[in-house]
Amino acid sequence: MTIQILLGVNIIGAAVLAFLGDRRLAPEVNILCSAATFISSVFLATGVYVNGPMLSGGGFFFVDSFNVYLAVLTAFVSMTTAIFSRRYMRYERRHGRIGRAGMRFYHAMFQLFIFAMLLALLTNNVGVLWIAMELATLSTVLLVSLYRTPSAVEAAWKYFILCGVGIAQALFGTVLLYFAAERVVGEGTGALLWTNLNAVAGRLEPTVLSLAFVFFMVGYGTKVGLVPLHNWLPDAHSEGPTPISAVLSGLLLNVALYALVRCKVLVDGATGSHKAGYIMMVFGLVSIIVPAFSLLRQKDIKRLFAYSSIEHMGIATFAFGLGGPVATFGALLHMLVHSLTKSAIFFTAGHASQMHSTQDMSDIKGLIRGNPLVGWGLMFGVMAIAGMPPFGVFTSEFLILTAAMKDAPFLTPFFLLGVVVAFAALFRKVMPMVFGAVPGNQRPLRPSHIPVIVHMVLVLILGLYLPLFLSQWFHMAVDLLQ
Amino acid sequence: MENGFAAQITGVLAALILLTAFALLVQRRIYGLLHIFAWQGLFLSISAAVVGYSTGLRHLYISSALTLALKVFALPYILYVLIHRLKIQKEVEEVVNIPTTMLIGIALVIFSYHLTSPVRELSTLMTRSTLAVALATVMLGLLMMITRRNAVTQIIGFLSLENGLFFAATSATYGMPLVVELGVALDILIAAFIFGIFFFQIRTTFDSLDIKEMEKLKEED
Repeated sequence: MTIQILLGVNIIGAAVLAFLGDRRLAPEVNILCSAATFISSVFLATGVYVNGPMLSGGGFFFVDSFNVYLAVLTAFVSMTTAIFSRRYMRYERRHGRIGRAGMRFYHAMFQLFIFAMLLALLTNNVGVLWIAMELATLSTVLLVSLYRTPSAVEAAWKYFILCGVGIAQALFGTVLLYFAAERVVGEGTGALLWTNLNAVAGRLEPTVLSLAFVFFMVGYGTKVGLVPLHNWLPDAHSEGPTPISAVLSGLLLNVALYALVRCKVLVDGATGSHKAGYIMMVFGLVSIIVPAFSLLRQKDIKRLFAYSSIEHMGIATFAFGLGGPVATFGALLHMLVHSLTKSAIFFTAGHASQMHSTQDMSDIKGLIRGNPLVGWGLMFGVMAIAGMPPFGVFTSEFLILTAAMKDAPFLTPFFLLGVVVAFAALFRKVMPMVFGAVPGNQRPLRPSHIPVIVHMVLVLILGLYLPLFLSQWFHMAVDLLQ
Repeated sequence: MENGFAAQITGVLAALILLTAFALLVQRRIYGLLHIFAWQGLFLSISAAVVGYSTGLRHLYISSALTLALKVFALPYILYVLIHRLKIQKEVEEVVNIPTTMLIGIALVIFSYHLTSPVRELSTLMTRSTLAVALATVMLGLLMMITRRNAVTQIIGFLSLENGLFFAATSATYGMPLVVELGVALDILIAAFIFGIFFFQIRTTFDSLDIKEMEKLKEED
């Protein structure tokens, strides 16, 4: 029942917000809906924590420790993003970058997007997962082009076409999977349920599933933003409104990776080998190295962090591919801390570009003097995302590195190369922005401080100490993914 | 109907679908593209009905009707209205290197047959040989999206790719579960509205539907 409430809130929220439009209270209603979603996701999670995995809605929904933790994360970040977007979008509205219709559309689609992601996470059906992923793309496509500038339209078109084509490959993979499953499970919806599939994984035809995985990899890999399928990602992140960049980067990429990992577990179960894992390791490693070098060439602040997202998704993909308890634990933690850190960075980067009316990094200067919260927020965010010790990203990267040293020592130099280059590049780009004198064109601004502070404190806590319930939770998820 | 006969009809329809996919690749007139696309949808719909009739699976009739409504009537109609409103009826697109494109297309078909050969050997279904055609249609749709430079044409390529997927679902597996098919149809319908809005956004921002104009977002060195 909790699941139905969880998903219902977003749908009703989307409808109410479409009706409210540009009225004064719309941002508050948006926050309220997201908060309600978050609260029900916590209830759901406690249920799973106490009673273990469960089926719901006649087998249509399936919750285990892996997807419920992502559902809570999704609901949480969408709530903080809603809080952030209240001030951010009002500023945009006041400065005429967006009109009445734009605001109506923005709020309704924000809720629909969260709905699509939660549906993708909680559904038990591989086909519905695909539908929800496509819905997540469709609901954000027109948000990317919200400002109607030529580059925004171009970015949105690229996003629409590339993700559409990419995800079509995943549908072909789903057809192949159904073809294999139908011979074992029998015809009908039953043959597409994760629970049934995992139960008979060993009896599914390995050749068909290997072929299916290639399509899943290309399809969901496009959505994760893995190199060389990443072309849409930096454009969509830099041209869309900042709250959307934050949820795309912090949440959508995670959900796509979730889909990929589920497929990987199934395929490896069927083939009895580690083939799918190897494919993921290669894609992951390339996605760590290539964006690390691209970071050096960036001029746009949001583009910079979009490339950093590709790199971090590469790290998580690599770790899931590596398999084994330590790497999987690290990957799960990495998804969590990356999502929190990266959305906080986008919040501050969004405010920074509002203060200077540009996203060009060479024009952004003196953030700490101009606005300590934005300046320090960005500084700490970058320290965290680059993998500096007290923060959570360090912990997860360290775990992954340890596992890599043990299982694939010959790949660790490449992994380290990517991480180190990214570290250097990020600091080189961010230092001139945060330090120095306040330039004349900087405008004062009341930033939305709560989301940034909450996210950064959480990342710091996760770096220093992992709460018992969280580590137990991850252990349960790790067991599932073995 | 005897299974052998039904298999032959499905084979013919598969060939026709492949033919239309090739025709889309080289057709330069925008209305011509629309007609070919509608024909492809019709063949698709008939093939689903034939498979449904010969196997006695009721839900395939629903997908057949759905395809007929969506791919033969709704989508071509939406595109027709859009083309009319955008006033690009008479536009003739320049298609470069038709022979090369055709050769690449043929290579893709062979590649698809090769790729699906392990699945074909396993399959006991009467429609099994059509899986390769389905994959080839997907690949040809992809090729069309790469070679064409007009936003409307790209979308038709995308929809043709989607047709290939649907054909894969009916040919390899006798249709996906109904929930999935309805969901996919809904997604395509939403996508249709979105690209409709897009055409106008692109037109007003770039004064043309030629996506060559879109080259602002590139990596600078």
